[in-house]
Amino acid sequence: MRAKDLSYSVVIGLLAGLGFLILIGPVVIVLLTSFTQGRSIRFPPSGLSLQWYQLLFDSVRSSQIHRAALNSLEVAVVAMVGATVLATLASVALARRSGTWVRALDTFFMSPLILPMLAFGLAALMYFTFMGFRPSLALIAIGHVVVVAPLALRTTSASMSQLDPALLESSASLGASWLYTFRRVTLPVIAPGIAAGAFLAFVGSLDNVPISLFLAGPRSDMLPIRMWGMMESTLDVRVAAVSGVLIATVLVLMLVMERVVGLTRRLRD
Amino acid sequence: MTVRVRPAEWQLALPLALAYAAFFLVPLLLLIGVSAFDDEKITTLGFAQWRRFLADPFTWKVIVDTVKLGGLTVAATALVGYPVALVYLGAGPRWQRVILFVVILPLLTSVVVRTFAWIVILGREGVINQALLWLGLAPAPLRLLQTEHGLVMALTQIEMPLLLLPLLSVMSRMDPSLRDASAALGASKWRTLVRVTLPLSLPGLVAGCMLVFASSTTAFISQFVIGGNRLVYLPLLIWQQSLVVYNWPLASVAALTLLVSVGLGVTAIAAVGRRSRAYAV
Repeated sequence: MRAKDLSYSVVIGLLAGLGFLILIGPVVIVLLTSFTQGRSIRFPPSGLSLQWYQLLFDSVRSSQIHRAALNSLEVAVVAMVGATVLATLASVALARRSGTWVRALDTFFMSPLILPMLAFGLAALMYFTFMGFRPSLALIAIGHVVVVAPLALRTTSASMSQLDPALLESSASLGASWLYTFRRVTLPVIAPGIAAGAFLAFVGSLDNVPISLFLAGPRSDMLPIRMWGMMESTLDVRVAAVSGVLIATVLVLMLVMERVVGLTRRLRD
Repeated sequence: MTVRVRPAEWQLALPLALAYAAFFLVPLLLLIGVSAFDDEKITTLGFAQWRRFLADPFTWKVIVDTVKLGGLTVAATALVGYPVALVYLGAGPRWQRVILFVVILPLLTSVVVRTFAWIVILGREGVINQALLWLGLAPAPLRLLQTEHGLVMALTQIEMPLLLLPLLSVMSRMDPSLRDASAALGASKWRTLVRVTLPLSLPGLVAGCMLVFASSTTAFISQFVIGGNRLVYLPLLIWQQSLVVYNWPLASVAALTLLVSVGLGVTAIAAVGRRSRAYAV
């Protein structure tokens, strides 16, 4: 019995150790590689320097990357606002309701999460082309809203379900209008859920590949697509520097969101 | 006094529903429509592209390889991911938060960044090869890039957060007294795992496996950058046909094939989950 429990601890411990190593190792490796002094991507890096970051922030030599990064940021902000507003309204509508229609609608709204996004990216490209639009940031933003809305909907719906209906009833019985109740009762309660959802939508759009792959054009280059190009052609070490900046940004935003709205707990539940 | 218009609350779902109808449902229907054209200029109706695609043995190899890649990734992710969840289950609240953070950080790091990391790790002079040579486990550097096992290794990390989130969600709602009871009644840790923890966490595991399967089979950039041109999966066909060759009908056929393959794979995982649940109880 004892020996069996020991074997359990050893086997599970080793596998979990491997799991943690796989989860966090690559992130650490990318960060360290980005500080290399050498001209090639190697780990461990040969000497430490900030040269690749300097090159990355050079507005002349890295102008294409800057352009792509600004495009990605712009789209991410628009997609975040669009997805968050739509998802918040929908979560209010669907909260505490049941029935075939509500379930069907909920499945419909969540389906981009499980559907191959690449198929949707191609579909969106053909759809917009047939309607006579040329590639633009606006179209990319629309595509991103569709795929990040489920992320915002999930956290917002979760906080809606924690809203005590008695609060809404007492507000209404005291003569408050629906809008007033929404502003003064509902919104404050679900605000952390909305904020967490908005954050996920923002990151989801910033990282999106399958939609941008099809909708990005020469005048609407997106950061992940440009990074892919940099990896394909010469394995530019600036990819490591961009990755470093992205990891640092996500890390800081995550810590802030964890403090403010308890991000990780919301993602888990 | 203004008239208060009280919106019926269900109407608030309309904006999202309409946006989805216009920009999600209609494009997907269009995908089906375009696949039913014979020629690249999309003028003649017919199923020539479907016939051509499905009659080609290469297509079937690609379909099988894509589903196999998804299956291998699910297996590898579950093998190392489930123990991580078990450690989470046994940890105190403080460590649980740390573990959750470690799981979510890669999820929020761009897929391109994570793919890039694996080039550094799997390359000829990469981390794994250096370690193998140093330990004397291999006489010469192994080829890991552009191989299926290298790709599965990379996808295991890239997809693991998707497995873990639903799993940790179920685990954190699990009643710890059940495991205590199992132990108090003399069950070994292995027996408790198989008879108590695993059945109770099955819904989370199944949900996670479904997400991993769907995501790994469509992970174009990871497949392309790590797998290279030698390993062909459905996403590469879609990309080539739509953005290189500009044969949209054939690209649509490939995209719908991917959709159906992922749908069938996910349904199969759900079915296996239901069956094992019936056995477990």
